[in-house]
Amino acid sequence: MSGKRIVIDPITRIEGHLRIEVVVDDNNVVQEAYSASTLWRGIEQVVKNRDPRDAGFFTQRVCGVCTFSHYKAGIIAVENALGIKPPLNANLTRTLMNSALFLHDHIVHFYQLHGLDWADITSALKADPKKASEEAFKWCDYPLVAGEDKLKEVQAKVAEFAAKGNLGPFANAYWGHSSYKFTPEQNLIVLSHYLECLRIQRIAAQLMAIFGAKQPHPQSLTVGGVTCVMDLLDPSRLGEYMSKLAEIREFVNRAYYPDVLMAAAMYKDEPSVLGDIGVSNLYTFKEFQIGKNEWLFDSGIIMDGDISKVLPVDAELITEEATHAWYADDEPLKPYDGKTNPHYTGLVDGESIGSDGEMVHTKVLNTSGKYTWIKAPRYGGKPLQVGPLANIVVNYALGNKYVVPVVDEFLSRTGLPLSAVFSTLGRTAARMLEAKIVADNTMLAFNALVENLKVDQETCAKYEIDNDKEYKGYYMGHVPRGALSHWCRIKDGVISNWQAVVPSTWNASPKDAIGQMGAYEACLIGTKLSDVTKPLEIIRKIHSYDPCIACAVHVMDAKGAKLGEYKLDASLV
Amino acid sequence: MAIQNALELASKRLDELSKLSTLKSGKSGIMQTLSEHGFSRRDFMKWAGAMTAFMALPASMTPMVARAAELADRLPVIWLHMAECTGCSESLLRTDAPSIDSLIFDYISLEYHETIMAAAGWQAEHNLEHAIEEYKGRYILLVEGGIPTGESEYYLTVGPHGTSGKTHAVKASENAAAIFAIGTCSSFGGIQAAAPNPSNSVGLSKITSKPVINVPGCPPSEKNIVGNVLNFLLFGTLPALDIFNRPKWAYGLRIHDLCERRGRFDAGEFVQHFGDEGAKQGYCLYKVGCKGPYTFNNCSRERFNQHTSWPVQAGHGCIGCSEPDFWDTMGPFEEPMADRLYDTVLGLGADSVSDKVGIGVLALTGIGIAAHAAIASTRKNEE
Repeated sequence: MSGKRIVIDPITRIEGHLRIEVVVDDNNVVQEAYSASTLWRGIEQVVKNRDPRDAGFFTQRVCGVCTFSHYKAGIIAVENALGIKPPLNANLTRTLMNSALFLHDHIVHFYQLHGLDWADITSALKADPKKASEEAFKWCDYPLVAGEDKLKEVQAKVAEFAAKGNLGPFANAYWGHSSYKFTPEQNLIVLSHYLECLRIQRIAAQLMAIFGAKQPHPQSLTVGGVTCVMDLLDPSRLGEYMSKLAEIREFVNRAYYPDVLMAAAMYKDEPSVLGDIGVSNLYTFKEFQIGKNEWLFDSGIIMDGDISKVLPVDAELITEEATHAWYADDEPLKPYDGKTNPHYTGLVDGESIGSDGEMVHTKVLNTSGKYTWIKAPRYGGKPLQVGPLANIVVNYALGNKYVVPVVDEFLSRTGLPLSAVFSTLGRTAARMLEAKIVADNTMLAFNALVENLKVDQETCAKYEIDNDKEYKGYYMGHVPRGALSHWCRIKDGVISNWQAVVPSTWNASPKDAIGQMGAYEACLIGTKLSDVTKPLEIIRKIHSYDPCIACAVHVMDAKGAKLGEYKLDASLV
Repeated sequence: MAIQNALELASKRLDELSKLSTLKSGKSGIMQTLSEHGFSRRDFMKWAGAMTAFMALPASMTPMVARAAELADRLPVIWLHMAECTGCSESLLRTDAPSIDSLIFDYISLEYHETIMAAAGWQAEHNLEHAIEEYKGRYILLVEGGIPTGESEYYLTVGPHGTSGKTHAVKASENAAAIFAIGTCSSFGGIQAAAPNPSNSVGLSKITSKPVINVPGCPPSEKNIVGNVLNFLLFGTLPALDIFNRPKWAYGLRIHDLCERRGRFDAGEFVQHFGDEGAKQGYCLYKVGCKGPYTFNNCSRERFNQHTSWPVQAGHGCIGCSEPDFWDTMGPFEEPMADRLYDTVLGLGADSVSDKVGIGVLALTGIGIAAHAAIASTRKNEE
């Protein structure tokens, strides 16, 4: 029988509530795919009529993982509206906090969220620790926590854990799946790094907290600048930042990088992680101010995978529509005309392949109608892919001096052509390369800050809000999951509307009115599953985007002005 | 006498726990794991002493804290995600300084937690059902996020059967040994429940008849999450709670009471705007909106991320995130309450928090604080 449906809900090891459904043919090849968010919170309505200075605190709670991204975006959109230019110290401090977020997000993604899709920890129990240690040296001159003794200890710890017969959070996963490609020794190395990452991620969180008060949900930004002036003027605090950054950088270069090299070598013959670009229109935006007039990454758009041509971003071309989303208004609208009136039509009765391979009665998405809380954003009518893959490829194509040598070296060490980047493996590798570029260059911003503090200790610009005036402003940038923008209007001294177009909305988009798929859905088509009761190939692909769904659930509502009224002044962003 | 009673209660509880069969076979005691990681018994007792002090328990209870930790692997834990941002889970992941905190985390048996667990889809659903059945009456339930109800109950569904979040939460609550609402969202509804609450979200206690211990904060610190699990292990009953069902050991004092800038407040030295000379000197943040005087939590003592910092240290006032409905009552976050004294302080949740401080008293305190700030301001900040 052809056309069997597989429901995967919950997709775990992500932020938020995500459901994936696919239909496979007789050969277990995916013919249709649907991506659905199953939670709506309505923060778009909550933020209205609030004091604009509070906007950042509300937008921050869109996501506790991207805990700095939306905070900064909410603050900058208001600054932009009010015409405030924060002092250089504030901008550079924000860069230091942003680095902490990127590094935290990317390492946790690879090990805690995505790693178990690549490494079978049960296989690590069979490894020879001595051989494993030798293996680690193949991929890195100075591997971290990968000496024979350390690996023995890790193996013993996990063996003891497994022997108890209760795997806790590791229970009932797809262990032993045929698409796992690492040797037992390689699995043991990744497992050791998994455990080490639990420690390192705490340091990355502290890195944020030094100037940010806490992580998640830091609290030291304010409209006009930053509030952590005492920390900035305290050399011991600066020293803390420097040394913690160095420790994380070591982890990136001596664990994360070699593990991805190893994955590239072992998985380059695994069809389910290659050639699945899904959506080959790539979009990224300028981010990481590292000097007075210098940024780490630049903006651009690549259409149809043509890296010979990078187009400037034209925000005028962005629309969102809700043909297949649980909102009342279907037609494509520019962000400032967007409407967010919930219209929930629910799931319908159906059948799906159960965990034992038999068809079972369950609920399924009404795929001919509305089936998700995520709208379909489009750029000139086309879907875009955002994220580290887009950021690295666009910046490589632009000849960015911080990006090109790192990509070239990676390609030469893996022996892969640039085209291999357009894949699940490529997304995973690009995220690591982005982490490396951030880790290796954050000291540029740090040093620029220290230099500037010698002559200038301003941390916050003064401003006034005129209740009789109307304001509008935006933030556009690149966050760990891709291009993010926030748009706001202020009237009578309060927020009159707010709009966010977020990375996971682009990638997790449902179909639009003419049936075009978003990146999650498109990349699944044609995937052959080796075991329909254990759809590891699907999970691995979806995880490669690092789904973060809370923010994608169309965040803010706005009516009124046209996006085109804004001139994009890149120096403000 | 009270201490004697507490000791007896705790001792009885530990005897009960020690009779339970371990979830993990073999020599799996925490000391075993600790020694494998180079921690001595002495390190462990030192840590237990610190935790005892942290929970505001008498020092004589240190051995019991230690014993409770050793018995912690008897405890299956289910963590559910409702309408939330995953910030509370992220906070839980940060727990580890001293690093044996994460061993405590390992030593509970985490049966279901969507951000961490390896299983997905049907297999994940199975883990949840299995844990609820297998550990009936013995598991701890921790819930993160507000719960959409009424007509919007299905604004959250989880699992292949499209089960509503509310149904999941009610079912898991029925046979839990203890229930903790982790974070302001599951305690009081949180940001999605702020006006006009378009998803009709409520706190966990509104949908279950079982007692719920609220551990609010946006997010609560890693210490407050782990400390509460230990508190349960010690007494096997609910900890002493305030009228919002928050454990007094963590939420008994105002931020203001132990604030590092309290001396500045008393001296009448206030930051007038962010980035000014006062900000560089560490003046009090009341006049730029600090809600520390109205907020009950231990941030000023414990801070966040292994004591790295907290909002007041980073120069930004407290926004009152562990108080009920703070999104609607504490804003604008960068304006002092004094400006809206009567319609906020008197109507504010925090006023009636502690049973030691009556509504009238705290309202007077609020007026006193505002008056103090105003007088001090004219006196001190004219230079």
